[in-house]
Amino acid sequence: MPILVGRKTKAIVWGITGSQGSFHTQLMLEYGTKIVGGVTPGRGGQEIHGLPVFDTAREALEREKATAAMIFVPAPYAKDATLEAIAADLNPVVVITEGIPVKDEIQIMEVAKRKKTTIIGPNTPGIITPGQCKLGIMPGHIFKPGKIGLVSRSGTLTYEIAASLTNAGLGQTTCLGVGGDPVVGLSFVDVLKMFKKDAATKAIAMIGEIGGNAEERAAEYVRKTKYPKPIVAYVAGRAAPPGKRMGHAGAIITGRAGTAETKIESLRAAGVKLALKPGDIAKLIKRS
Amino acid sequence: MKLFEYEAKDIAREYGLPVPDGLVATSPAQVKEAYLKLGGPVMVKAQVLVAGRGKAGGIKAASTPDEAEQVGNGILSMTLKGEKISRVLVEKKLASKHERYVSIVVDRSSKCYTILCSTQGGVDIEGIAAEHPEQIVRHQIDPLLGLQDFESRTVAKELGYSGKQLTQVATIVSKLYRIMLDCDAELVESNPLIETESGEIIAADLRILIDDNSLFRQRKFLERAKTYEPDMTQLEIQAREKGLAYVELTGNIGIIGNGAGLVMATLDMILDYKGVPANFCDVGGGASEERIAAALQIVLSNPKVKVLLINIMGGITRCDDVARAILDIQKKMGITIPMVIRLVGTNEKEGQKILAEAKIPSLNSMEAAAAKAVQLIPRGP
Repeated sequence: MPILVGRKTKAIVWGITGSQGSFHTQLMLEYGTKIVGGVTPGRGGQEIHGLPVFDTAREALEREKATAAMIFVPAPYAKDATLEAIAADLNPVVVITEGIPVKDEIQIMEVAKRKKTTIIGPNTPGIITPGQCKLGIMPGHIFKPGKIGLVSRSGTLTYEIAASLTNAGLGQTTCLGVGGDPVVGLSFVDVLKMFKKDAATKAIAMIGEIGGNAEERAAEYVRKTKYPKPIVAYVAGRAAPPGKRMGHAGAIITGRAGTAETKIESLRAAGVKLALKPGDIAKLIKRS
Repeated sequence: MKLFEYEAKDIAREYGLPVPDGLVATSPAQVKEAYLKLGGPVMVKAQVLVAGRGKAGGIKAASTPDEAEQVGNGILSMTLKGEKISRVLVEKKLASKHERYVSIVVDRSSKCYTILCSTQGGVDIEGIAAEHPEQIVRHQIDPLLGLQDFESRTVAKELGYSGKQLTQVATIVSKLYRIMLDCDAELVESNPLIETESGEIIAADLRILIDDNSLFRQRKFLERAKTYEPDMTQLEIQAREKGLAYVELTGNIGIIGNGAGLVMATLDMILDYKGVPANFCDVGGGASEERIAAALQIVLSNPKVKVLLINIMGGITRCDDVARAILDIQKKMGITIPMVIRLVGTNEKEGQKILAEAKIPSLNSMEAAAAKAVQLIPRGP
């Protein structure tokens, strides 16, 4: 049994008529994801990839049954689109958009919290339950169904590690990116809780990076709960200088906080196995 | 984006937030002039974006016009932690009775703005947070309601104020929050917030950090970001204009990859193989020919780069397209330094074949590519 998305997931795509939204909708459909339509204000009544486009979420839901949302719209309009998806009771809402101002993210997360909506991202590659559902921009072919849960703050590094797991014969239950921004919806701790409850997930790969304290909080959670499943982690950014943003808005060491070293130390102290190189994750999982 | 102190204080004045009287000067003569205009002992403060300017000699007092000119000359000819000082802020010297700390930050884990305050001001607040966390009071702001007046008063009380000063300080806190929202700031910090001998409350120092992602709607800061950004190198500014995430580092191995996490991991691996990366450069998920070309141009403009390592995890992008793009650019730009390419993903065999025919080593594994790049660094005199 996967977490968050599976065979029953039916999604509506915001920004389906844009270049990114249209391209990835096509790839998601090819993967077998059930997408029932899109929302682009002013383009209602049109069709794309054989799917209906609606002006509003309300109209979309009067005509189609949907459970989840994907947001591809550009940063200036992403807050509005995400709030519309939350108001429409779609859950989870996957926000691919990069570059959303943090003020908007803070408001989105508060509204989502009050409505008990799960937000994945922003600035995420999305989520995939191999063989069932892909709500994201990741290359589907590198993932295989299996027993490993994967959670990450990054995009291509996730593909790198997923591919090495797959090559080592380690398939995955669900893989998701929590997003590279300072303020994101799902956290490592949230996802670890879900993987704990999911009987199909036997071990977890966790990919962190510099900035913030999501890894430290995960470490504390693992230690306090004596987490019952093996976790192997990798933390990127040991070579990063303080005060500089390393690509992701959230990947920044501020003063003495958020360094790779403190994250690695706290995870190790909590009993998490640390991979020094991304390629070592598969080996360490096999051993555990 | 960090604002200079004088820029932050200009904003403060717009909001009626009390800051010391001050003037910006770019020459020793102007410092003297500012002294005369302000009338009396002044502080001359280097306008730099690096932290710790006080300890590094970037803030000095002057009690005569000539001394002001002298001090101004000294500071304006300094370079502070690599940042050249081209401006000073000349401010009226204030006698302070108490120094306190107040800031508003983005609380990443609670997903809200949080006020941090302490009765210990003017000092290294991170040090206090580490050693005496009980001396720092935190107050989370409801993201939908915003900061309420009673909350500002509560913060003022916790800072030790009462009577008339309680309202004064509460107003200051509310104004800091207003600035935070209106400017899309990531940080607004007054350290120290001082109480003068006569009982006035003044933000003696003020730091504001603007969220780069908000520049599309913060037009005035966008213009400022284009004109100068002293804590960025020329190449970093060029890269930003081209939409590339690029950070200059100290080594000699130029690095290009797609995806922030993947590039960070590549840098780490170079360190593990005892090499030193020259930069971080992320072309983004898609890795189009145009973006790879732009990245190569920037990375190779750094004269320290002796070896180039390109790490592409082609997800949806086809590796043969990427390989052709690299060869094309190599020819056009006449790249002569050794290149190592790691290219995997869709159509990787075709991509690697194209590179092999051009005698460019291409490898499957990131580890092997990093090791090879370090090996190729020219040794000797």
